[in-house]
Amino acid sequence: MLTAGLQALLSHWWRHPFQLVTLLIGLATATALWSGVQAINAEARASYDRAASALGQTPRPRITAPDGVPLEQEHFVALRRAGWLVTPLIEGRLSTEAGSVRLVGIDPFTLPPADLPDALEGDTALDLSFLTPPGQLITSPATAERLEGADLPPRLALDGIAPGLAYADIGIAQDLMDMDGRLTALLVLDDQPLGRPPLEEVAPGLVLRPPAQGGDISRLTDSFHLNLTAFGLLSFAVGLFIVRGAIGLAFEQRRPVFRTLRALGLSTRVLLGLLLAELLVFALVAGTLGIALGWLIASLLLPDVAATLRGLYGASVEGALTLRPAWWLSGVGIAVLGTLIAATASLWQVARLPLLAPAQPRAWAMASERTMRRQAVVALALIVFAVGVGLYGAGLVGGFVMLGALLVGAALLLPLLLHVALRLGARTARTPLADWFWADTRQQVPGLSLALMALLLALAANIGVGTMVSSFRLTFTGWLDQRLASELYVSSDDEAQAAALQEWLAPRTDAVLPIWRASGEIAGAPAEIYGVADHPTYRDNWPILAALPDVWDLVARGDGILVNEQLARREDLSPGDTMALPGWETRVAGIYSDYGNPSAQVLVGLETFDTRFPEAERLDFGLRLPQGEADALARALVEEFGLPAENIVDQASLKAFSLQVFERTFTVTGALNVLTLTVAGFAILTSLMTLARMRLPQVAPVWALGLTRARLARLELLRALLLAALTAVAALPVGLLLAWVLLAVINVEAFGWRLPMHVFPADWALLGALALLAAGLAALWPARRIATIPPSELLKVFANER
Amino acid sequence: MLVVEKLEKSFSGGDRPVPVLRGIDLTLDASRTLALTGESGSGKSTLLHLIAGLDAADGGRILIDGDDLAAMDDTRRAALRRGTVGVVFQQFNLIPSLTVAQNIAFQARLAGRNDRDWDARLTERLGLASHTHKYPEQLSGGQQQRVAIGRTLAARPKLVLADEPTGNLDEDTGEQVLDLMLELVAETGAALMMVTHSTRLAARMERRLHLERGEIRC
Amino acid sequence: MKDDRPQRPWSGRKPPAGIFQDRRWSGSLTAFCVACAAGGALAQGFAGLGTDAEGFALPAPNPEFDYPADHGPHPDFRIEWWYVTANLEDANGRPYGVQWTLFRSALSPGPSRAGWAAAQAWMGHAALTTPERHFVAERLARGGIGQAGVEVAPFKAWIDEWRVAGPRLRDVTMEAAGPDFAFALSLETDRPFVPQGEAGYSVKSQAGQASYYYSQPFYDVAGTLTLPEGEVAVTGQAWLDREWSSQPLARTQTGWDWFSLHLDGGAKLMAFRLRDEAGADYTSATWIAPDGGPQPFPDGAVTATPLAEAEVAGRAIPVRWRLELPARDLDVTVAAINEDAWNDTAFPYWEGPVTVEGGHEGIGYLEMTGYE
Repeated sequence: MLTAGLQALLSHWWRHPFQLVTLLIGLATATALWSGVQAINAEARASYDRAASALGQTPRPRITAPDGVPLEQEHFVALRRAGWLVTPLIEGRLSTEAGSVRLVGIDPFTLPPADLPDALEGDTALDLSFLTPPGQLITSPATAERLEGADLPPRLALDGIAPGLAYADIGIAQDLMDMDGRLTALLVLDDQPLGRPPLEEVAPGLVLRPPAQGGDISRLTDSFHLNLTAFGLLSFAVGLFIVRGAIGLAFEQRRPVFRTLRALGLSTRVLLGLLLAELLVFALVAGTLGIALGWLIASLLLPDVAATLRGLYGASVEGALTLRPAWWLSGVGIAVLGTLIAATASLWQVARLPLLAPAQPRAWAMASERTMRRQAVVALALIVFAVGVGLYGAGLVGGFVMLGALLVGAALLLPLLLHVALRLGARTARTPLADWFWADTRQQVPGLSLALMALLLALAANIGVGTMVSSFRLTFTGWLDQRLASELYVSSDDEAQAAALQEWLAPRTDAVLPIWRASGEIAGAPAEIYGVADHPTYRDNWPILAALPDVWDLVARGDGILVNEQLARREDLSPGDTMALPGWETRVAGIYSDYGNPSAQVLVGLETFDTRFPEAERLDFGLRLPQGEADALARALVEEFGLPAENIVDQASLKAFSLQVFERTFTVTGALNVLTLTVAGFAILTSLMTLARMRLPQVAPVWALGLTRARLARLELLRALLLAALTAVAALPVGLLLAWVLLAVINVEAFGWRLPMHVFPADWALLGALALLAAGLAALWPARRIATIPPSELLKVFANER
Repeated sequence: MLVVEKLEKSFSGGDRPVPVLRGIDLTLDASRTLALTGESGSGKSTLLHLIAGLDAADGGRILIDGDDLAAMDDTRRAALRRGTVGVVFQQFNLIPSLTVAQNIAFQARLAGRNDRDWDARLTERLGLASHTHKYPEQLSGGQQQRVAIGRTLAARPKLVLADEPTGNLDEDTGEQVLDLMLELVAETGAALMMVTHSTRLAARMERRLHLERGEIRC
Repeated sequence: MKDDRPQRPWSGRKPPAGIFQDRRWSGSLTAFCVACAAGGALAQGFAGLGTDAEGFALPAPNPEFDYPADHGPHPDFRIEWWYVTANLEDANGRPYGVQWTLFRSALSPGPSRAGWAAAQAWMGHAALTTPERHFVAERLARGGIGQAGVEVAPFKAWIDEWRVAGPRLRDVTMEAAGPDFAFALSLETDRPFVPQGEAGYSVKSQAGQASYYYSQPFYDVAGTLTLPEGEVAVTGQAWLDREWSSQPLARTQTGWDWFSLHLDGGAKLMAFRLRDEAGADYTSATWIAPDGGPQPFPDGAVTATPLAEAEVAGRAIPVRWRLELPARDLDVTVAAINEDAWNDTAFPYWEGPVTVEGGHEGIGYLEMTGYE
C-alpha cells in the first residue's frame, strides 16, 4: 500500500521535472546561504576560541599592576613564597619584518597543563630547548611559514595552535619583549593552600581582577557575526519563499490526485505520512546540495571575512575552512525545518481536503481581503513594536530585533498597500480593457504576495545595506584625509636614533610632529594614549565631532584631553566631563571620530605626556612637507640618513591600505546582497508559474471576447512589471529606515561609532531597474506560455466546467 | 451485502440546511445489479458517495457486509474503500502521472492483493493491451473510462459503485463500456450499483430505483 | 670487580616512581603530570633514561661529607633530595604520619645560568596521613628566580611557602600546606648525621649503581597539624634522608620497597629492596644504634616478604610485610597504619606510616614504587 501510494505521489515529479528542480534549487539555495554564513561564523569562532584558549580554557582571575603596566617579577616569587599559587604570564605583540605575532610567555612549571591549548597538552614540545636560550616559539604551521627567516628564536610548528599566536617560555618572552624582570600579569590558579595571607600584605599595589567574561575578541566581533547571521537568516527566509512556491504549486497540481488516492482508500494519515516522507527526502537531498553550495560560498567569502576581522579587530582567523559535523547537521536540520515551515500550509490543506471535489480548482493562495486586513493589523503591531524597541530598547540584539520586526511588518503590509495602490490606479482607467487590467492585477496580488514580499525584503536589504556602505565610504574617505594629514610617517628604532632623526629632519621639512604613544588602561579596558604636538596640522585637520571652545589650546596647556568616539560612547562622556586616567584626573576637551579602531584612544598635549608617561617610547614622527616632496625625502631618509625602509610610511599607501581594509569589510555583505536579490527573482518566477495554471480560466474569457493571445501575454508581462515597480517603491522607505537603523543603532553598538547618513538616488534607480529586470525575466516564461497556448486549451476551460 | 436504512443527508445552503436524502432504504445482495436513476439534483450521486464512505450521513445506517459505516473512523473507511468497495467515477479520476498499466494495478496494490494474471486478463478484455505504457492524457475518453473500470475491478471489490460511468462518452462507446463492465462484474461475483440518468442504461440492470427529491419512488 | 670507568651507579631513593620506567616514559609522557613542559625536562632529569651521566659528576666510594656544606645542593649531580618523614601522635595516642620532600633535578649539565634560564627543576611533595585519610600536595618550580632552593647557613630548604628552615639542620621548623591540610612542626636533635651504605656511598645494584646517602633519623618533633576538622597538637619522631647522584637505576629494576623504622629502645633500621625483573632483587640495610653508630649490611642480608596486599588506586599494593635481618636477630611484621597512603602525584607512589611488631616493637615509614 505504501509503495503504491508513494509511487503515485512521486510519479508527479517524474512528469514535472522542472518543478522538482525549482523546489530543490530553492531549498538548496536557502540552505546554502544559511549554512555558508554559519560555516564562516563557526570558523571564525573556532579561531577566537583557539586564541582565547592561549591562556587556558577556564578564565582565571588575574593579578596585575593597576595601570596595566608590567609588574615586577619579584612579586611573583613573593606571592608564591607566601602560598599564593599563581603563574606568570607575558602577553604582547612581537613585531618583525615578517609581520607581527601575539606572543604568550608561559612558565610550564607553574601553569596547569590543562590551561595549555590541546596541541601542547601532553606533548613533549616543551622540553629543554623550549626552556633554555635561545628558546623556541611554538606556532601554527601557517604562522611558522609566515615567520620564515625572521630574526626570532627557532620556530616549532604544531597543528591546532591559534593563528598569529606564538608561545615561548617566560624567560625567552621577557627577552623578546624587552621585559627583563617584569611580567604582564599573574594568573591565580585553583586549589589554593590553607593559610595564605591577603594580597595587599604580600604585594601591595597589585590588584586582583575577576576572570574576564569571554574573550575580548569574541565580544568585539560578536557584532560582526550577528550581522552576518542576520543576513544569512534573511537570505534563508527569501529562499523559503521559493520553496513555498514550489511546494504550493506541486500540491495544487496534485490536489485531484490526493482526492483520488483518498477515494481509492488511502487514509488521511497515510497520505500525510507519505507526503511528509517525500518532503523529507527532498529536504535531505536539497540540504546536502545546499551544504555543498554553502561550503563553496563560505570558502569564497572566508578570505575576505578573515581580512576584515584582522583589519578591523586584529582577530586572526585562518583562511581555510574545517569541516565540522555540527555544521553539517545544522545545515541538514535547517533544510528540513525550512521545508516543513514552507509546507505547513499545504499539508494543512491536504489534511482538511474534502473528499468530494468542489466544482472549481481553488487557487491555493487566494487569500481573501479579510486575510489581507488581518495581516495589515499584525504588520502595524509589528511596526509599532519596532518603534518601541527603537525608542526604549538597547544593545545590538535590540537593534536586530527592531530590524526584524520592521522588515516583517513592512512585508506583511505590502499586500494591502498594493491593493490600495491598484484601486487608485483603477480610477485612472478609461477603457474597459484598462478596467479589466487593473481589476485582474488586483486579483493576482494575493497569489503573488509571497513572492512580492520576498522581493520587498531583498530590495529593502539592498537599499539599506547599500546606503550604509556608501555612507560609510564617503565619511571614511573624508575622515582619512583629515586624519592622515602628515605626508610621511617615520619611526626610529631607539631614542638615540630618534634624536638624530629629529635633528636631521628639521631643516628638510616644514614640521616634524612627534607622535608619542603609551599603552594604559582606561575605565578597566586597554587604551592607547598619544602625545601630540600643538601644531596647525591638528588644529586644521583633526576630525573633531564635539569640543569645548579653544579645544586645542586646552589640550596644549594640559587642561584637557581628546577622546575618541568609541571611548566617549562607551563611558558616556561629553566635552567638559571629568575623566580618570592612570594616575591623574583631567577633563574631556573634545571628541573625535576614529573609524576602524576597536579600542579606546586618548590624545594629550606633548608636555602632559612627558610628565605622565616618562617611560613611554618616543620614536614616531609625522612629517609635514611641501607637496610632492614625500618620495624624495623618503629616499633620502633611506640613502642618506640610513633609516630602514620599513620605518617609513607615506600617506598615500597608508590611505590605500585603510581603504582596502574598508572595502573588504563589505565584500561579504555585498555578495550576500546580490545572492538575496537573485533568490527573490527566482521566487517571483516560481510564484508566477504557480499562478499561470490558474490563469487560464481567468484569461480564457477575455481571449474569447476578442483579445489576441500575444496581447494578453504583453499584459501579463506588464502586470508583473507593474507589481514589481510598486513593490520597489514600497521598498524604498523601508530600505532607508533600515539604513538609518544600521548607521545609528547597529553601527554604534557593533563598532562604537555613528555615521552620518547620505542618500544615493542613483543607486536606487539602478536597484529599481534591477527589480524590474528580475520581475520581467521571471514573467517572460509564463507570458510566453500564454502567447503560444493552443486555442484548444483555452476552449477546454469552457468545456471542462462542470 | 449492502443494507441502507433510513438514510438522511442535508447540505448547508445559505441560512438553513437543504435536505438531499430523506430516509432512503435499500438492500443489494452479492452478484446482483441495481440502477439508481433520477434527475440532476435528485441526490443519487450523494447516496453513492455516502455508500462509498466518501461522505458522512446525518441519520440512518449503511451496513456493508454487516459493518456500520457510521461507526468507522477515517482509517477504517479508507480500508473499506481500498478492499471491499470499488468506485468508478464519471470523471475517471485517473492518476495523470502513472501509465495505464500502473493505473490499473494501482488500487489492487493499495489493497495489497495485486494479481498480475488478473491484471493482464483485464487489460486484454478492456482492449487496452496496446496502450499499457501510455499516460491517461494520451487516451480517448472511452479508453480512460475503461482504465478506470479496470482499476476498480483489478482489486476484486465485493461492491462496485459506478457514478455515471458512461456519462462522458458517446452513446455507442457507452454501450460497449457498460457491456464490458457488466460482464466483468458478473465474472468477479461482485454486487453493482450504478447511478445514471439514462433509463436505457438503467434497463440493463436487474433492479432499478428512482430517486426524486431525496426519496425513492419505484 | 669494576672496570676502570666510573661506575654506572645510580641514585636511588625516591624520585617517586619513574626512574625505572623507561617504557612508560617513552610510551606516554602524558601520564607525567609535570606539565607538558617541565614534563619532558623533569622526566629526563629525574629519570635520566637512556642517557649516561655525561657532563654530570658521579658518586665515588669513601666520600667524606662536609657538614653543613653537604646539606646544600650539589648542582654538579643530576638529582638530589631532602626527604623528611615523621611519625607523630596526638594527646590521645592517635597516630599520624607526615612527609615533606624537596627534589632537585638538573635539566642539563654545566654551569647554571641565572634567572629563568637556570636549568634546575624543583619539585615538592607534602603529605599528611591519619589512620583514615591521606592528604597530598605537589609543587613545581624552577631554580634561578628564588621560587625554590636550599641554603645551608642558616639552613633553609623551600619551594613556594613550604619550607624546612632553622639556624642549623638539626634545629628546624618544617611547614607545608595544601588546599585541605597543613602542618607546622619543629624538629630538633643533638645526635650526629648517619652515613648510609659504605660510609655514605650507597650501592644500588649488583652492577654498582650508587649514590651519596646520609640520614638524620633522631629528630624529636612537636607541632601542629591542620586537618579539615581543625588543629591537632602532636609530638613524635622524624627521619631525614639526604641523597644525591647522577645515574638511574639499572634498566631491569622496576621499583623498590623502602623501610625506615624507629624501634623501641632507640635503635633505627633502614632497609630497602630494589626489585629486578631480570634477576634477584637487590637489598641493603643499615642498623643504627641509639648513639648513631651505623652497621651496614650488604645485598642479601635483609629479606622483605609481602604478607598481604590491598587494592589501592586500582593496583595491588603489599601493605603487610615480614622483614627479616637474621644478623640482628630481627624478624618483624611491618603493617600500614592507613592502607590508602597513595601519593597521587606526577609519579604516583605509596608512602605512609607503619607499625612494627614481633620481637621488636616500633613505628616507621614505608615507601613503595613501581606497582602497576
